[in-house]
Amino acid sequence: MSVKKLRVMVAKPGLDGHDRGARVLARCFRDAGFEVIYTGCHQTPEQIAAGALQEDVDVVGLSCLSGAHRYLFPEVKRLLVERGADDIQVVGGGIIPEQDFQALRDAGIAEIFTPGTTLDSIVEWFNTHVQPRR
Amino acid sequence: MRTASRLIRCLEDGEEDARSAMKYLFPFTGRAHVVGITGSPGAGKSTLLDGLVESRRKIGNNIGVLAVDPTSPFTGGAILGDRIRMQRHAEDPGVFVRSLATRGALGGLSKAVGDAVHIMDVMGKDMIFVETVGTGQQEIDIINHSHTVVVVLIPGMGDGIQAIKAGIMEIADIFVINKADRPGTSKLHRELKALLDLAAPTSFHNGWRPPIIQVEDAFKPEPFGKSIQELSDTIDKHYQSLQEHECLRSRLHRKAETELKEAMQVCIMDTIFEGLISSGEEEMMINEILNKKSDPYSLAKGMAERLLKKHH
Repeated sequence: MSVKKLRVMVAKPGLDGHDRGARVLARCFRDAGFEVIYTGCHQTPEQIAAGALQEDVDVVGLSCLSGAHRYLFPEVKRLLVERGADDIQVVGGGIIPEQDFQALRDAGIAEIFTPGTTLDSIVEWFNTHVQPRR
Repeated sequence: MRTASRLIRCLEDGEEDARSAMKYLFPFTGRAHVVGITGSPGAGKSTLLDGLVESRRKIGNNIGVLAVDPTSPFTGGAILGDRIRMQRHAEDPGVFVRSLATRGALGGLSKAVGDAVHIMDVMGKDMIFVETVGTGQQEIDIINHSHTVVVVLIPGMGDGIQAIKAGIMEIADIFVINKADRPGTSKLHRELKALLDLAAPTSFHNGWRPPIIQVEDAFKPEPFGKSIQELSDTIDKHYQSLQEHECLRSRLHRKAETELKEAMQVCIMDTIFEGLISSGEEEMMINEILNKKSDPYSLAKGMAERLLKKHH
């Protein structure tokens, strides 16, 4: 009786204590039946990447409202790739200006969710684009 | 490390291949000292654990941590938040923290805990900490998976009667009164001491009377560090005592028995149920119970007779 559960890490990189969004999403993922590893605020990209590997997650969701996403998001992705985990998808959310989307996508960020995105559509994206234990 | 984490995951998910992999790993297990940490929600288990990890790293121990949090009975999802308190060790290659969801197990652990302990053991961890979910009174599966059980209590959680209840109070090898800077600490200490005084000396296995350690405010590094050191030393003393009195063997016996039962459950019961579900028989039986045409015991007995070919 084998079941495949989606494992998601929700993390807040950098100096940003606004975690309401991250918590709402963690809760929403729980309700969608995912296993959520929530690591809280003020994480370095190194901590997030190391945690993602130890926890064997399928996807890392980063929340950033400080404006430092252009550095922080790609750095997490880079560290994962460097450690041989290019299969772990990285998605981001928060206050992200549209003109930054392309740069983030080019750096390997799979999707960006900005304010106003419904929880349902985020869960739907996860269910469509992320396979547990590929 | 990622291989280990993936293997734990496959075992959590109940993959057949992963179970066969255990066959090759099993002979190399049995080296690590497994320490269980249990206590009510918010008692401070993760924070204590973070302190313990730091103190063990100072003496060069290679550490594994398995932290269990509850799965939602409604959606099957889970929020695993124990890492938050241990993030400062995230980049330390000598510390491997893995969160597990209970996935319906009721004893305060996840079914995969036993296997995950073995995997960390084979990885060469000197000490493996297993943190249970926040427990009530009855979630005592931790004794079947650890050599040393630390029960974490906090002041203000009930009167003396709580302390003499069965279950969680009986499984402690070491008691910790956490947040001991709060009111009610001396009362709790008194009650615990009275509980231990009441017990017949023979009820302490190999003469080990569970010590009571008070740990104060985690935000004051100095007294906290001192208490953690005391706890860490006591954990070592308990292991030595188990070894000296050859009690390690009886604990391992209990662990082996549990693991055998769990494996039987997986290989026999789950297989039977899978068959019954796919043949539709399970649904039929449930309907018979609902319509009062039969009762669960008769159905189970009939099934046992059919499957075991035994007639009473």
